[in-house]
Amino acid sequence: MDAATVEYVARLSRVDLSRQELELFSGQLSDILDYIAQLNTLDTTGVEPLAQAVEVVNALREDNPADSLTVEDAVANAPEHVGRFYRVPAVLE
Amino acid sequence: MDLLCATAVDVSRMVASGEISAREVARFFLDRIQTIDPKIHAFLHVDPDWTLSLADAVDAKRAAGKPLGPLAGVPVALKDILCTKGIPTTCGSKILENFRPPYASTCVEKLLAADAVFVGKANMDEFAMGSSTENSAFGPTANPWDTSRIPGGSSGGSAASIAARMALVAIGSDTGGSIRQPAALCGVVGMKPTYGRVSRYGLVAFASSLDQIGPFAANVRDTARTLSVISGRDERDSTSIDAGVDDYEAALTDVKGLRIGVPKEYFAEGLDSEVESRVREALDVLKGLGAEIVEVTLPHTSYAVATYYIVCTAEASSNLARYDGVHYGYRKTGTPDIIELYSKTREAGFGPEVKRRIMLGTFVLSSGFYDAYYTKGLKVRRLIKQDFDDAFKSVDVIAGPTTPTAAFRMGEKVEDPLSMYLCDIFTISTNLAGIPGISVPCGFTSGGLPVGLQFMGKVLDEKTVLKVAAAYEQATNFPTMPENL
Repeated sequence: MDAATVEYVARLSRVDLSRQELELFSGQLSDILDYIAQLNTLDTTGVEPLAQAVEVVNALREDNPADSLTVEDAVANAPEHVGRFYRVPAVLE
Repeated sequence: MDLLCATAVDVSRMVASGEISAREVARFFLDRIQTIDPKIHAFLHVDPDWTLSLADAVDAKRAAGKPLGPLAGVPVALKDILCTKGIPTTCGSKILENFRPPYASTCVEKLLAADAVFVGKANMDEFAMGSSTENSAFGPTANPWDTSRIPGGSSGGSAASIAARMALVAIGSDTGGSIRQPAALCGVVGMKPTYGRVSRYGLVAFASSLDQIGPFAANVRDTARTLSVISGRDERDSTSIDAGVDDYEAALTDVKGLRIGVPKEYFAEGLDSEVESRVREALDVLKGLGAEIVEVTLPHTSYAVATYYIVCTAEASSNLARYDGVHYGYRKTGTPDIIELYSKTREAGFGPEVKRRIMLGTFVLSSGFYDAYYTKGLKVRRLIKQDFDDAFKSVDVIAGPTTPTAAFRMGEKVEDPLSMYLCDIFTISTNLAGIPGISVPCGFTSGGLPVGLQFMGKVLDEKTVLKVAAAYEQATNFPTMPENL
């Protein structure tokens, strides 16, 4: 994975990286991808992908009303909040 | 009775009979933590007021004449990935340093209902990503058998807390070996149940299709009792399995006639010769107990680590998107706009291994690479599961080493993530296949480091896995606590 790809993926991931991390990760992620490439030696034609090993289908329950988290509890851990609202830098000018 | 030699089963009986109070037990283990933990750093958070209030509630319940639960007064360490209401839950990460969950995980609620007493929150690799507990943002945990070595990971604090007897039961989570690998390296028992056996509600998510909560203890019976307590369907986790919970303790009988499969791929290159010797000796012991040892094949074993690092990183990159510096946790201040708030918060809040995995996961899911990596990984995952389905047609349980080597030195693998990933080569397949696995002590290297023996079972057949582990344990009885600590 070259530095440009690492930079692109970091942007997609919303993680800023220092120049030093960029170089370090570029080498390490390349090694890992080279290792992963061994999967290409396996013929998987006709094999169905498996996302969940122990499949549970239609997990339904009665729709019983119950108390849920209060607004005070929900915002209590926010780095910054005003009353019932999370506070962030302006999104619209 | 010396509480250091007591089992969880002993303690619950003594507390229920009034021979000792839950407060006395709690006091003993809190003192033990205060003396021993500065050398080990198994705990991230110990709050004596919290612990003693839980113990007092158990004593009050008994005083009121109410029957006590199966873990009455038992000191339990909780991996710091399980939400505890109002008590810090950091996941070993700076990004959750000040997080106090507004609710408790189902597992924690079930332990409380069984009258367990929490002695602290245990150290771990950040977001459960690692095999040495060196990725904790709050410093590593030492292996009680040799404090210059790692305890394994990611549930290293939980495993070390048992080996050093700072708790009698510990709870961990296992995504690719994070319970069994540290149990092996710390010389204690650790079990990953079937995927969906224990509710994941309130377990901070890493890789949702692989994560599973499970118990650690110094012996199989305590492990079995704890598993019975924490298992079961939970309507708050739609992937929890709707099946009755067995009395796992009652299942601990003999192994005569049991067919034990030994996969030849687990004795391949990379397996330390001393670890191999201990495991071969263990198989002889099992044969002596009347079990039949059969060679089996799991032909896709060598592809498991590669498959795992596609699946787990893909899921992690999605799960960890929630750490945005807005809703809870750390925020980098002084950023001009919302995008920079996210990316600067995540730069400062996550450690290097978490960043690597988020990026790898984002990459394998990204446009143009999705099919080549993610879909390919899911296809190989099915082949790996098929290997186990085929093997279990002819055997009841599968046995082999838990880890390729005993505990390595701190710092030895931190610069080389891939070599760290390969520590989990024998534990990863069970998570991909969803089946249960346990590690039990099977002796020591010539240097005095513990070695672990792994048993793997069919989906929801924890009973057989625990039964064979208990029979082996009874026949060997290796020490589970270092003498000079």
